[in-house]
Amino acid sequence: MRIIVCIKQVPDTTEVAIDEKKGVLKREGVDSRLNPYDLYALETALRIKAEKGAEVIVISMGPMQAEAVIKEAYYMGADSGILLSDRKFAGADTLATAYTLAQGIKKIGSFDLVITGQQTTDGDTAQVGPAVAEFLGLPHICYVTGIKDVSPNSLTVVTDMLDTLETQSLQLPALLTVARDIYQPRLISYRLKLSSKDREITVLNYNDLSQNQGSAALEDEYFGLSSSPTQVERIFPPSSVISREILEENPHILVKKTILKLKELKII
Amino acid sequence: MSYLAVDHDRCILCGECTSSCPFNALILEDKLEILDTCRLCKICIEICPTDALFIKQDSSKKTDISSFRDVLVFAEQRDGKLSGVVFELIAKGRELATKLNQKLYVVLIGSKTEELVEKLSDYPVDGIYIYDHKELSYYRAEPYTAVLEDLISDIRPSIFLIGATQVGRSLAPKIATRQRTGLTADCTFIDVKPNGDLVQIRPAFGGNVMAQIVTPNHRPQLATVRPKVMEQAKPSLDHPTKISYRDIKPQMLQSGIRFVSIEPKLKEVSITEADILVAVGRGLKKAEDLNLIEELAQSLGAMVAVTRPLVELGWAPQTRQVGLSGRTVRPKLFIACGISGAIQHVAGMSSSDFIIAINKDKTAPIFDTCHFGLVGDMYEILPLLIKELREVKTLVAESRWPNA
Repeated sequence: MRIIVCIKQVPDTTEVAIDEKKGVLKREGVDSRLNPYDLYALETALRIKAEKGAEVIVISMGPMQAEAVIKEAYYMGADSGILLSDRKFAGADTLATAYTLAQGIKKIGSFDLVITGQQTTDGDTAQVGPAVAEFLGLPHICYVTGIKDVSPNSLTVVTDMLDTLETQSLQLPALLTVARDIYQPRLISYRLKLSSKDREITVLNYNDLSQNQGSAALEDEYFGLSSSPTQVERIFPPSSVISREILEENPHILVKKTILKLKELKII
Repeated sequence: MSYLAVDHDRCILCGECTSSCPFNALILEDKLEILDTCRLCKICIEICPTDALFIKQDSSKKTDISSFRDVLVFAEQRDGKLSGVVFELIAKGRELATKLNQKLYVVLIGSKTEELVEKLSDYPVDGIYIYDHKELSYYRAEPYTAVLEDLISDIRPSIFLIGATQVGRSLAPKIATRQRTGLTADCTFIDVKPNGDLVQIRPAFGGNVMAQIVTPNHRPQLATVRPKVMEQAKPSLDHPTKISYRDIKPQMLQSGIRFVSIEPKLKEVSITEADILVAVGRGLKKAEDLNLIEELAQSLGAMVAVTRPLVELGWAPQTRQVGLSGRTVRPKLFIACGISGAIQHVAGMSSSDFIIAINKDKTAPIFDTCHFGLVGDMYEILPLLIKELREVKTLVAESRWPNA
């Protein structure tokens, strides 16, 4: 079995804040890390590898620094890694990101399963997984919380629909996005860190992925910002001026005002 | 359709742009480099003292956007019940359609949909499109995408709104990709410009940043909308609604996914998943008084949480503990009763969307964390509050079934 796991390097969001004077992100001291949701995707692939035998390939799009997260995947047990990196991939929205990842996956050739995390912590869109499935023509299921059965041609999975658990089976090849808590992700292995120290990372650029060998832009090709349908018009801090009301009155009035507040909040 | 470029002859390597870039997309080495992370926010262009940065237009592909009009809303049903967000989308869709002087349509996919159609037609929508087939009773990405592709190619909506539910967040990206158009996830605010561009605002970077996003050159403009943020539509019986059952071709139902079974979630929901938490701290005098907290929680559909001292006393299980040594929670509403607000506790709940605090001591630190503070004895306030909440509930029930 050949399993591809899509991963991403993200800023450590707990440290991201907006400089209110300038209206831009404060970036000093913001570290990068592997998107935490991807740990569950990788763990799922590694469990299938342990039980059924599989080759686990990680793929990421990003600047060259993103090699760090592919190395991290090696330390957890991934067999090989591909980084899609080119100035022409710059500024991709979810459509262009998914297209670029799909093109990279096509380069790998045959595979049985693609697994992604349910979302990233920077974009938080949860859109890239299903979009990759569409570009590759694969059936997909989101928010998978359990793998019930793995067979050569199909997979039976459980999905969390919040109020219910649904069991479905998919024909392979297919794509899954896995929910947090599907499995407890393993820690980095010191032994694997040593043994994968010299393992290469395949870097693919625009020329490797594009069908376009001439100069004219291709009709159905979606790399980078110029092919991204969505555009960010502005960014701004969330309404930081949260009003704080402290009331000191007799209990009956306090309760009346609380009821009004709950109505305003649409709780009741 | 465009990207950021630098005129190296003008660039004086001052570094103003690199330090202002929100996406770390600009770096200074021998010359200014623009990295993959650029999102075209244009902040650097405004900051650059020598006008060395500019947007280069790439006039490649463009959809003929003028042939798209009207607003479409996805009426998600699961197990024969409409999702609550549908009525929020109808209210928003109605508002947008009226502003643009266009029509509002709803699409319903499922099986045995008659009752749902009847219900939807009570709302101010101009038309309902229905794909009714037993193979469509449960959501599967491919058939749902296929029938929506059929509808979109026929009615060519300019705006398509979908609830950001488990189903919506799986379905919307597949449709957007099929249509090669833009999709904005999990919007918390939506409006429209006079030219028909959808203004989509959503949180990013874990809610630390809000982003305003447009899809200027592609149609339809797709957005998923976070549930329970927008107002629900009200029935409007004087609004005529055209009902159209659509043909379903066998190839639309093809899928690599087979539905096996569905079961209700049995395990106890964790306090980290609750929308509303009623938490109590050392203000609680004895274990039996937890009934009061439980009653308040029930009247709000909330779960009960506690601070560490109550767990140590054995009054509540550790799974209910909020704080550094317990769970970190982020509900829509957190009601802190008799909680002083020790830093170890606040660390586990301060990201809640809205915090109401009740405490006798007006100098308690919890009042520096909450949004709405009640200075008073919870033993006086809570019984009154529970009574009021019950009355509100009864009123709502009566107005819903006036003849019952």
